[in-house]
Amino acid sequence: MVENSAKKVELVNLSKTFITSTRGKVHAVQNVNLTINPGEFVTLLGPSGCGKTTLLRMIAGFEMPSDGHIMIDDDDVISKTPDKRDLGMVFQNYALFPHLNVFNNIAYGLKIQKLTKEEMEKRVLDGLKIVQMDDFAERVPAQMSGGQQQRVALVRALVLHPGVLLFDEPLSNLDAKLRLHMRDEIRRIQKEIGITSIYVTHDQSEAMAMSDKIVILKDGIVQQVGNPQEIYQHPANEFVANFIGKANILEGKIVAKEKEKVTIDIDKAEYVVKTKTRWNVGDSVKIVVRPEAIEIGKEDMTGTVVKTIYMGVSQDYWINFQGKELEVSDYNPSAKQIFAEGGPISFGFKEKSLHILEPEA
Amino acid sequence: MQESQNALYSEDSNFKRYFKQLKFSLRDPVLMVSVISVTIIVALFIVIPLFSILRESVEESGKFTLQSYFAIFRSSYDLEIIWNTIKLGIVVASLGTAVAFLFAYATTYLKIPNKKFFKVLSILPMISPPFVISLAAILLFGRSGLITYKLFGVRNDIYGFWGLALTQVLSFFPIGYLMLTNLLQNIDPSVEEAAQALGSNQSRVFRTVTIPLMLPGLANAALLIFIQSLADFGNAIVIGGNFTTMAVQIYQQGIGSYDMQGATALAVVLLMISVLAFYLQNSVIGKKSYITVTGKASKQRVLNANKKVTIPVYVVCMAISVTVVSMYLLVPYGAFVRLWGVDFSFTTRWITYVFTIGMRYIKDTTVLAAMATPISAIMGIVAAYLIVRKEFPGKKALEWSILMAIALPGTVLGLGYVLTYNTPPLILTGTGFILVVALVIRSMPIGTRSAIAALKQIDPSIEEAASICGAGSHKVFLSVTIPLIRPVFFSGLVYSFIRGMTLVSTIIFLVSARWQMLTVAIMNQVDQGLYGAANAYCLVLIAIVGGVMLLMSLFVRTLGINLNEGY
Repeated sequence: MVENSAKKVELVNLSKTFITSTRGKVHAVQNVNLTINPGEFVTLLGPSGCGKTTLLRMIAGFEMPSDGHIMIDDDDVISKTPDKRDLGMVFQNYALFPHLNVFNNIAYGLKIQKLTKEEMEKRVLDGLKIVQMDDFAERVPAQMSGGQQQRVALVRALVLHPGVLLFDEPLSNLDAKLRLHMRDEIRRIQKEIGITSIYVTHDQSEAMAMSDKIVILKDGIVQQVGNPQEIYQHPANEFVANFIGKANILEGKIVAKEKEKVTIDIDKAEYVVKTKTRWNVGDSVKIVVRPEAIEIGKEDMTGTVVKTIYMGVSQDYWINFQGKELEVSDYNPSAKQIFAEGGPISFGFKEKSLHILEPEA
Repeated sequence: MQESQNALYSEDSNFKRYFKQLKFSLRDPVLMVSVISVTIIVALFIVIPLFSILRESVEESGKFTLQSYFAIFRSSYDLEIIWNTIKLGIVVASLGTAVAFLFAYATTYLKIPNKKFFKVLSILPMISPPFVISLAAILLFGRSGLITYKLFGVRNDIYGFWGLALTQVLSFFPIGYLMLTNLLQNIDPSVEEAAQALGSNQSRVFRTVTIPLMLPGLANAALLIFIQSLADFGNAIVIGGNFTTMAVQIYQQGIGSYDMQGATALAVVLLMISVLAFYLQNSVIGKKSYITVTGKASKQRVLNANKKVTIPVYVVCMAISVTVVSMYLLVPYGAFVRLWGVDFSFTTRWITYVFTIGMRYIKDTTVLAAMATPISAIMGIVAAYLIVRKEFPGKKALEWSILMAIALPGTVLGLGYVLTYNTPPLILTGTGFILVVALVIRSMPIGTRSAIAALKQIDPSIEEAASICGAGSHKVFLSVTIPLIRPVFFSGLVYSFIRGMTLVSTIIFLVSARWQMLTVAIMNQVDQGLYGAANAYCLVLIAIVGGVMLLMSLFVRTLGINLNEGY
């Protein structure tokens, strides 16, 4: 339905400082550098107050950056008002015009573009078809459910063929089941059209399921940029490791090194792990161990079971090990022995799933 | 590296930050033009006139002096006037709030008949010229009064404190009524039901739950009425007699005796009392409210049908309503009576008089009010839109100036205009232009306040969505903002027109041989004791206002707009 007009977005040293009466100076966004390629689906992910929405609103043109540049297809748009930036946006609260029906909501921007009546009708109705809402053209927003409203809002943004599509937590007001359905639908349409998309969310599973690239933010600072697999398997720091999925952080020592490989010692068991960092023998390192990267029954080390829960797909254990509580997911439990609470348990790590955190700057 | 970057931009000087914000705000030319024009209008016609008053009051042949203030506090006459004003304000505020609460409670909590009648009736004084009630009070209770003289044969002197207090209570309680009704409707009935479930009987619930919940609201209403009473010029000059208030004294001293220094000093004192009350109302008490004003309570209230309560309340409300109605009926009656108190025979001479000699007053007033109406309504919404939705330097000051103008007594503003625009560089007194300005400035701030409240209820992302769709800020304003708050816009139009037709205080300083206003004509007739002509003028005025309101409501209905709607 849409010819590909996807644009590139570049953020250069982008910063935003608020002055508040209660907390003084707040650095909402700090020195963000980011390139979003044409057609890419990029998620800005982080806990509330991490600056992701501020970042999106600066790209949209609603907020003024304190510093830096926003380039859309190599054109600095800082001095442009939102209506001149060639963007589409889907809001958390749908933001449909309550006084207009679905047709006129979608046609709002097309009228400004002065399209012919036929072209306008065609685009609106084609758009409604994409979200399977052909029969809703005459409805007003108050007569529709949240999911339907959000679909109309999506179409309203799409029919303008914008260079970049922005999403501000569009699914957070929908119930869980609808959320899953909508996220697949948004991703499907986005792939079909190939439109550059920037998607803000605090829901990590949403980010994992939809994104080509995830940008993790905390306190206005970019923590890591990468595809879902990189982010999960090679988190840049403890925050990212804990924010995406569950993580046990263990301490170890480098005992030997080769090219791009080191041998680490975790409580007298040795593992060979890939790393790009130049470590020296004797360095202390932090290791991210996902719950499923711990193998129950392996005789590398022993601990005490503090708590265990049967989850169906897995048997989850909390193991007291060296004064820390390790979280373990043992998959396919029906075929295995289950260890009782209070009793001893032996385990080890799956070598390929270990990840050494980079030293903190 | 992160640290050094931090240092780089946290060292932005305030000036640089200000300049950046300015550049960002003004990248949109439409926004820039509206910010600048609203600012200029507010500066020229609110801030500068007030500043002129302040300067005049402390300047004596080019030197700073507090002489005029000392003079006020040394003169027992001036002190008496200040005390009069405050005393009147307190009495009117207490009585007015009590009446307002009675009506509000009766119409929202009690099972009584004729509620619609009470509602309409309590709105009536808001849309009539300020001295219809005082005029009627004179006709009823004055020296030749229908009740006092005709019925009881007493030559009663209505002029003075109690006459004025009576007319002010009847004129101003509707404002309190509207406000308290709104608050009472927003008390969630389940709070009271909870108290009942815990074992309270109805009177205990009323004393321990309803009243405490209403206290901030009651204080708020009382302050609102207090401010109205302070600023009231029309009633005070007609029925005050020897009981002089500050608003009247400012006019008489400034225009009558041309003692500008005395008048301005008094104006500053009045302004300070008024602004202080306004500040208390908005900041201290306003924030204490327990009741959220966002949306109505979800449940329907079970109305109290206890006869021990409903019957006395009904009787009192009915008595007050009948008094008000009969007062309003006196005006058309008085317009057709040869000489009030002496010769009650029918005549059309006053009506003929009004439509011949008085025609230009009617025409001038209607033309000026009609000009001021759209300007005021649109500017009110534009200003509210800028204040709620946009960021620009000086926004707080702009907001404060406009809202403070609500508390600005009309006489003070009128005096400011005389002082500022009687002399070069800008001579405006005597022109129709300054009259239109006065009418606009007297009604716009109220429009701004209600539009601010309405805009705050609307999710800003709806406007942002329009802007992302490619609409420039003027397009967003016209195609989204105005339609979303159109009830406020239309009420703003109606309010501005009524206000324009009925304003006395400010324009009495500004009328000239070239431009005359109806209200001033009415005042002059009353002053000369020509009640027939005064009544005829009032009748015409009410007819015009009523006619325009009717037309407007027909227009709004054909557009299919419900003025009570909300999104």
